[in-house]
Amino acid sequence: MGIELLGGRILAPFFGSSVHIWGSIITVFMLSLSLGYLIGGKLSTKAASLSRYGLIFLIAGIAVLPIALWSTPIMEAIFIQVEDSRYGSFAASMALFFIPTIILGMISPYSVRLLVTDKEKSGQVAGVLYFVSTLGSAIGTIITSFYFVLLFEVNNIIYTFSTILMLLGIAAVIYHRLFIIPSHTLPEALHE
Amino acid sequence: MNKFAVLIFALIYPLSLLSAAEVIHQERSMYRNILVEDSDNVRCLKFNEQTNETHQSCLYKNDPQRLVFNYTKLLFSGLLVLDKAPERVLIIGLGGGTMSNSIHQLYPNAIIENIEIDPAVLKVARQYFGFIENERISSKVADGRIYIKRAAIKNQQYDWIILDAFNGDYIPEHLLSQEFLKECKDLLTSGGILTSNTFSVSKLYDHESATYKSVFGDFFNVRNGKNSNRVILTSNQPLPNGKVIANRAKALASRLEPFGVDLIKMTSAITSTKDEQDWPESTKVLTDQFSPANLLNQ
Repeated sequence: MGIELLGGRILAPFFGSSVHIWGSIITVFMLSLSLGYLIGGKLSTKAASLSRYGLIFLIAGIAVLPIALWSTPIMEAIFIQVEDSRYGSFAASMALFFIPTIILGMISPYSVRLLVTDKEKSGQVAGVLYFVSTLGSAIGTIITSFYFVLLFEVNNIIYTFSTILMLLGIAAVIYHRLFIIPSHTLPEALHE
Repeated sequence: MNKFAVLIFALIYPLSLLSAAEVIHQERSMYRNILVEDSDNVRCLKFNEQTNETHQSCLYKNDPQRLVFNYTKLLFSGLLVLDKAPERVLIIGLGGGTMSNSIHQLYPNAIIENIEIDPAVLKVARQYFGFIENERISSKVADGRIYIKRAAIKNQQYDWIILDAFNGDYIPEHLLSQEFLKECKDLLTSGGILTSNTFSVSKLYDHESATYKSVFGDFFNVRNGKNSNRVILTSNQPLPNGKVIANRAKALASRLEPFGVDLIKMTSAITSTKDEQDWPESTKVLTDQFSPANLLNQ
């Protein structure tokens, strides 16, 4: 949500702040989140582990970097190609936000897979996850719009988001390697 | 039943006395509520945003040429800096179309382009405010920033750019950044001018001033002292001195008189930031990357 909010600011110099800018941004985010949920769910059926989970964070952190690094040349190219600012802003939103948001969307279903240990409690776990992630979105939105834009440059906020995502990813991978002994290396006897 | 009707009438009647203004048109556009109000001799365009109503544009019904608002008059200070009659004018933010009409009446040969983001405002300007359009005066529904970027690609040039897109309630941040002002400056002919009508108060005033100075160097502030309105007057050439301005005011005064603009009096409302810089040197410039404009303007 933090990035979605910054999206408006990033697109404004090239595509203005008309109503359709927000239409483009929200559409692209919803579209890519829905795909992310689908792919994340599918991925969680095959050898789900904490370190693969961390890998998603790591890739997400890398995928948001182009927004800060190349948004100007990307938007410039689209601005020259597409006259209509509705389709221009939609194309720019796709180019900048589609891939990172898909990857961010994969996190939710994968979390459900890792946290559910008991079928009876699966609804509760999903409920808590939705609670945490939606509340997090709300906090991210308000902090970004009320404070971050007052204090920092847009690119610095994106670099910070990226760093946090990558650190979380690395932490998950390390934690998995150090503390969770992969089951196939355990002696046969312990499997009983 | 009768008693009831009388009671209601008694309750409502005083309200009609309170507001002599009559709403003759009301519509909800993509961006805001738009009202057109008639009271006695004045017709006003109002935007109803959040809690407060803001007057955008007014005209005297029996003398449409005469300008109602001070800030609209202040924008004509631009004529004191221009060294020739403007041939191409770009107006960002249409309102009732008053500015466009006035410039057309003053300089019938000038080509005037009006840019307005809200199609409903354009419609209302045509229907209720006598906005003139002909082969020389065009209007387009677009975001000002996009229009300026496209104009640069097409190598369009203007003698006078008028920025009147702020209404005090919400500031379009992308029209108040260093990058935007540079794009405007690039569209000016040699000696061309930019006049911006702004409402900024408190901290934003400082940031706005620092941003204009970073792009144009020293500029003129034109104020009538009473409210938070100011017109920023800049050029891509050095600004003229007091003597030149006084002479131009004398030469043009009679032509501006029918509009209710007193150019001679206006010369005393102009201050240069060269003589009086009223913001701290360390103020941060607003850019596309850093622009908390709407948070600062509280």
